[in-house]
Amino acid sequence: MKRLPALALAALACAFAPAQAQQSPYAEYQRMAAENAPVELYVAAGEDAWKKKQGPNNVSLERCDLGQGPGVLRGAYAALPRYFADTDRVMDLEARLLHCMTTLQGRSRAEATKRVFGNADTPSEMEVLSAYIASQSDGMPLKPGRSHPKEKAAYELGRQLFFHRAGPWDFSCASCHGLEGVRIRMSELPVLSEPKYARPLMATWPAYRVSNSVFVTLQWRMNDCYRQMRMPEPTYASDLPIALITYLTVNAEGATYRGPAIKR
Amino acid sequence: MAGPMKMRATAQDGVTEIRVLMAHPMETGQRKDSSGKLVPMHFIQNVTVKLNGKPVVEAQISQAVSRNPVFSFRVKGGAKGDKVEVSWLDNKGETNSTEASVA
Repeated sequence: MKRLPALALAALACAFAPAQAQQSPYAEYQRMAAENAPVELYVAAGEDAWKKKQGPNNVSLERCDLGQGPGVLRGAYAALPRYFADTDRVMDLEARLLHCMTTLQGRSRAEATKRVFGNADTPSEMEVLSAYIASQSDGMPLKPGRSHPKEKAAYELGRQLFFHRAGPWDFSCASCHGLEGVRIRMSELPVLSEPKYARPLMATWPAYRVSNSVFVTLQWRMNDCYRQMRMPEPTYASDLPIALITYLTVNAEGATYRGPAIKR
Repeated sequence: MAGPMKMRATAQDGVTEIRVLMAHPMETGQRKDSSGKLVPMHFIQNVTVKLNGKPVVEAQISQAVSRNPVFSFRVKGGAKGDKVEVSWLDNKGETNSTEASVA
């Protein structure tokens, strides 16, 4: 039958075991949650979305070039964000997917971005596509682009944004993610300017969030951080979230991708 | 999210381990939506596991089971290539099923 009761007992046992005293209860919780992650459901839905013919051109996304050639998915996510000559821009996964929706499928940007973040009942197309494509990079090292001048510029902009304090609370990303050993409630806050912390984190996004049963993307994460800092949320797939994602991914370069994973 | 089911079945030392993921909202009937109205009950009531057409698990489950549940069963017997079928029925009469070969 269902595994949860057994796991709950195991957790109780661990809580009283002296040998486990040094381990964070949060890490234990994450380990338990990971065993039953429904990520595969999102991956399966994403595969359907990838192959679904739609838009004015009535074609699927199967010829979308995510940087490794049209339709090549293996390793594509691990090599993003990167510079794309056809758009003369650095793009992350979601920006590139949006590009394919508007070019290949002929959809309008307004239509394609109408509902980029879903909910527990109905995940968005972008979420399931992210799950499917990211799953094809499992086990591969993160290798974002960092040689092209625009890639260097995106990294530099991301670094500046990370430390740039603004808004009614005068917050920057570094206000929360710049100090070692601090938490927000139960979550340990990683120092994302340090590869040591950025690596394990970036190796697991996008992810399924247990607490509200939703699959979330990196663009969602950026937007939600801006919301939490009481600042206007960035425009979807604009240069701001792409620069931040580039900065974070370059900080995590070399980490072995093992996602989509599970989060609190 | 109404959608896919995912299943893996592996045989080892005379025992077949079946692991199945189901997409289902599993609403308890206790939760309120943003406008304060109760969200109606919607949960899986029956789960049936068949091995080569023969029922091996008939489970009755309730609202206490989480959204998008994962079940795993260990069944005596079963060999590589055997057919496993898992189906569910919820309180609205909706149903879904999936099939896999034992690996």
